[in-house]
Amino acid sequence: MVADTATTDAASADGAVAAPRAPAGLQLRAWAARRAEAAIIPLGALALGLGLFSLFLASLGKSPAAFLDLVYRGGFGSSFALQNSLQRAAPLLFAALCVALPARLGLVVIGGEGAIVLGGLAAAAVATPLSGAPGSLGIALMALAALLAGALWLGAVGALRAWRGVNETIASLLMSYIAIALANHLIEGWLRDPGSLNKPSTRTLDEAFRIGPLPGLEVHWGLAVGLVACLLAWVLTERTTLGFAARIAGGNVRAAQIQGLPVGRLITGFTALGGALAALAGFFEVAAVHGNANGSLVAGYGYTGILIAFLARQNPLAIPPVAFLLGGIEASSGLIQRRLHVPDATILVLEGLLFLLVLMGETLYGRFKVFSPHLWGDKQAAAGLKPSGAPAP
Amino acid sequence: MSGLDLPGDLGLWSVLLAVIGGAIRVSTPFLFVSLGETITERSGRINLGLEGTLVFGAMSAYATAVLTGSAWAGVAVAGLAGGLFGLLHGWICRLPRVNDVALGIALMLFGSGLAFLFGKAFIQPSAPQLPAIPFGSWSDLAQVRAALQINVLFLIGAALSVFLWWALRNTRIGLVVRIVGDSTDAARAMGYDVDRVRLLATGAGGVLAGIGGAYLSLYYPGSWNEGISSGQGLMAVALVVFARWNPLACFGAALLFGGAGALGPALQSVGVSQGYYLFYAAPYVLTLGVLIATSSPNHALAGAPGELGHAK
Repeated sequence: MVADTATTDAASADGAVAAPRAPAGLQLRAWAARRAEAAIIPLGALALGLGLFSLFLASLGKSPAAFLDLVYRGGFGSSFALQNSLQRAAPLLFAALCVALPARLGLVVIGGEGAIVLGGLAAAAVATPLSGAPGSLGIALMALAALLAGALWLGAVGALRAWRGVNETIASLLMSYIAIALANHLIEGWLRDPGSLNKPSTRTLDEAFRIGPLPGLEVHWGLAVGLVACLLAWVLTERTTLGFAARIAGGNVRAAQIQGLPVGRLITGFTALGGALAALAGFFEVAAVHGNANGSLVAGYGYTGILIAFLARQNPLAIPPVAFLLGGIEASSGLIQRRLHVPDATILVLEGLLFLLVLMGETLYGRFKVFSPHLWGDKQAAAGLKPSGAPAP
Repeated sequence: MSGLDLPGDLGLWSVLLAVIGGAIRVSTPFLFVSLGETITERSGRINLGLEGTLVFGAMSAYATAVLTGSAWAGVAVAGLAGGLFGLLHGWICRLPRVNDVALGIALMLFGSGLAFLFGKAFIQPSAPQLPAIPFGSWSDLAQVRAALQINVLFLIGAALSVFLWWALRNTRIGLVVRIVGDSTDAARAMGYDVDRVRLLATGAGGVLAGIGGAYLSLYYPGSWNEGISSGQGLMAVALVVFARWNPLACFGAALLFGGAGALGPALQSVGVSQGYYLFYAAPYVLTLGVLIATSSPNHALAGAPGELGHAK
């Protein structure tokens, strides 16, 4: 669907013979059908996942209805619950972008967790010597430190992929484990606040360096920045030549190289950008939530982000609603544990199941006639409507 | 040397002995997972979900051992559960356009989630352990005896790596797996059902990974908790690349990784407590270094199955 517009644009720009265009009404219907396909298949997977999970709960002797009710009440049912879900969605936006941006190049990067932790650590580390500086300067430098740390950490994975052919999936996860070990080492060593006895943490930030809530809400600014980041990521991938080049390289590396595209730099750049964004999540966790860097930075946001990116089919604009949904489900986790007497891992099982079904859903794209304009049988129209269903990376 | 205050007479030797003993103790899960992944990848598919299989194997083995009182029943159940996870991966991968790498990540989450969920009740009770053979009983040094206390599963794994090395070269099944992994077209032309061979190879890989998990919970570290694997399954997948898809080399690589994993505890046992977390990161750093050193940007690695797109 996306590739179609791109190829058409490229063709007309080159002055090449454009395919006969279908009538505007049909174009619109075709566009709507493809959009509907991209929405209905993941939603169907979501519904099926909830159904199967309900059966699973029932087999454990727990009430599925009570479960759904608790998810609603814990995640979405009240103003407090909604704010809580939004608060959790904020880091998930960044974590999902960290997966979705490299995915444009056909890369599966799963090391966002490490970039989040290092971003938080870098922010906390520069805050200590800056103590006493003006608040806006401190916050800007903290954010900058986080961005740099994340960009270098995952950019290295991209560079290794581009110039050494190292598998980015395994490498990014190993880097994530190394980042967490490094963070633990520094939080318990050089950067430790001697006053933090039971829970080792870095020095608490100056009050001036703390980031407050959005006006009228209890949710911190990370949510707004995350939403803007999703929008910008969409513009980058869908509306710029850079994003177009990345898609070409993701589709066929050899063709991209022949076109003279800088594939190595694209790979490094997109992974570095993903790492930088993930690190911003860590920055907001430190500056807006915890007030220092400690073990709570390792909260699994990076892993939930992978699931969100795949549920959103790597589309930056689809990330916010999915992140909100998953944020809500995770926000209700505590309530579910207490009321249903099930372990916290129950949510992990649900997420794993949803992930499986969403991936299985990939096989359904292009299989339904109603969603596939090129199968509609109108010869005149078919000439202007190419098949959809470019496989997600 | 007199200025150094080392505990006991052995000094640095005790660190070396501890690392050797640790290599043998720690390497077994690496060995089983990497052998399993070798079978799967030789058939042309990559299964990153073995991390989840390892964790679920550890949990199911421990739970079974607690409930039945038999450690070997635990190993059997872990192998069975691992096989089911492998078959699930293989079955879903048959569907067109399903990405095997992403599916592996999904199964990693799903397997770990199920293991944590069902394992909650088994964190407290203690299970019977797998037996070990005291090869060091000739020595009167406690460190030597400890280092040579070798578990039966390690020996089985060693024998298995020799067997698989032989079987992949010299048996009909081994040949079929290799054909399917090297060229789908050739295998189809010869009348083999590619998807079925890969399904079974992924299932077999899952069985071995499940058994590797049983070793974790039933021998070393010998208890069940949620942090029991912390990425060992993934490191083992990376190790397969290092071992160039050769089961014999997997054995050597697993020992090397085991030694790296044992470095932290060994140094700690002689009183080196600085950089505790950094030493624990040693296996990850080693894996990354090995990946960088063995990967190549231009061509597929020697010994890499031709159909294996992602491992390059």
